[in-house]
Amino acid sequence: MLYSEKVMDHFQNPRNLGKMEDADGIGEVGNAKCGDIMKMYIKVADGIITDVKFNTFGCGSAIATSSMATELVKGKPITEAVKLTNQAVVEALDGLPAQKIHCSVLAEEAIKAAVKDYYDRNGICYDEKDLAPADECPCCH
Amino acid sequence: MYVYADNAATTAMSKTAIRAMEPYFDTIYGNPSSLHSVGQRAAEALMEQRAKVAACLGAKPEEIYFTSGGSEADNQAIRSAALLGAKKGKRHIISSAFEHHAVLHTLKKLEREGFEVTLLDVGPLGLIRPEDVAAAIREDTALVTIMYANNEVGTIQPIAEIGAICREKKVPFHTDAVQAVGHIPVDVDKDHIDMLSLSAHKFHGPKGVGVLYCRKGQPLLTFIEGGAQERGRRAGTENLAGIAGLAAALEEAVSHLDENAAHMTALRDKLIDGLSQIPHSRLNGDRARRLPGNVSFCFEGIEGESLLLLLDAKGVAASSGSACTSGSLDPSHVLLALGLPHEIAHGSLRLSLSEYNTEEEMDLILKAVPEVVAYLRDMSPVWEDLEKGVKHHAI
Repeated sequence: MLYSEKVMDHFQNPRNLGKMEDADGIGEVGNAKCGDIMKMYIKVADGIITDVKFNTFGCGSAIATSSMATELVKGKPITEAVKLTNQAVVEALDGLPAQKIHCSVLAEEAIKAAVKDYYDRNGICYDEKDLAPADECPCCH
Repeated sequence: MYVYADNAATTAMSKTAIRAMEPYFDTIYGNPSSLHSVGQRAAEALMEQRAKVAACLGAKPEEIYFTSGGSEADNQAIRSAALLGAKKGKRHIISSAFEHHAVLHTLKKLEREGFEVTLLDVGPLGLIRPEDVAAAIREDTALVTIMYANNEVGTIQPIAEIGAICREKKVPFHTDAVQAVGHIPVDVDKDHIDMLSLSAHKFHGPKGVGVLYCRKGQPLLTFIEGGAQERGRRAGTENLAGIAGLAAALEEAVSHLDENAAHMTALRDKLIDGLSQIPHSRLNGDRARRLPGNVSFCFEGIEGESLLLLLDAKGVAASSGSACTSGSLDPSHVLLALGLPHEIAHGSLRLSLSEYNTEEEMDLILKAVPEVVAYLRDMSPVWEDLEKGVKHHAI
């Protein structure tokens, strides 16, 4: 198999799939030319991410990493969510093929982009470098 | 029910081909180069297989060289013609933008060795124009190599016309006929072909065996050194079981060509008509001049790999020219050569049929594909933008 059982599970039964009408922050990363776009929605209350949803255009691992990233930040304090790394997503999925690592980078960036949007909307100060992409996606940068 | 609709990748072997191989494992197991009777029995069998294959192509037995498959045959034909051309100061090769990588990568390598390559445009329908070939031929053209039928979009090229032009201009003509042989009529004389590559596993033969046809009078350089096999052009003890499987599968395919093509064409057209009902979808490649078993579509707003993994879960084996299936980030060079933008080319699906497929299976495909496309579009932010009018539909 190309993918681990965990990847296939999250691909075939994605968690937190869908749109959110009243989101407090929305992040969209990637581009259609490269073949993947992730859009994340977060709901925040008292500094906690109380709900998260995603929509993704992309391959199996793009969908699986989106799903896993939403699971990893749901219910977490926002300060903790911004520390999410692509490696954490990869590990939680029991690994990804080398050429699919960029999907996990996108998932990390999508979460950070949603948090950044939440901060911007609410005039909350933050350090730019905390929300900067941790790694280089070979396609989209 | 599980539907195998990826026959352009490989086929199930026919029972005839399997049976034809069996004696060569433990009965006719000799080395055709051995002088004793065991070896000579194998040598005679090899001769018979060569004659069978030749008859199926309109060739002579001494023009058939067995290889490890289509890729090896492509490599040998192109390298040989290029190096022989270079000896006469001819360092120009003509091909097309949507050839198989066995051809394109060989040409890339030759470019680095000082050859000049002209890749002809295939137009939006995936058809090469013979007049473009004629116009591209120069004094120093060493070879024209154009595929008989495209592996992804299934378009059949005007090979006889291209062959006639090359013959008239005295330029060697090679065709990668891996997707064509056993599926549509191929005749090396009528088509004016000097060299042709084919592969057994595309017509219900075994994997790992193919043929390079090389017309008498067309010189051919040795590709593998180390023995006198294949008239000294390809050393190595012959894969006799594989060759027998190839010959049997080819004979069977050629003798049922018309009825198989009629069956597959009916199924293909049913799929094309059904899939065309999906909004914002497009058939890739010319509708009429295409292989009987090829269906190639793009669906806007989704990505091909997720499409084919979900189809697999629903019982359909298909393929995609999406970047993510190949491990590269660029979608299929074939779809890009047709002029499709990247974002459309990412959402491609190829269904390739064989005579073993049934109408009932097409019904399952026609149920599964729209469901999966709708599901993926529903979760796609690209589709959301298209539907909201933030972006315009391209198809």
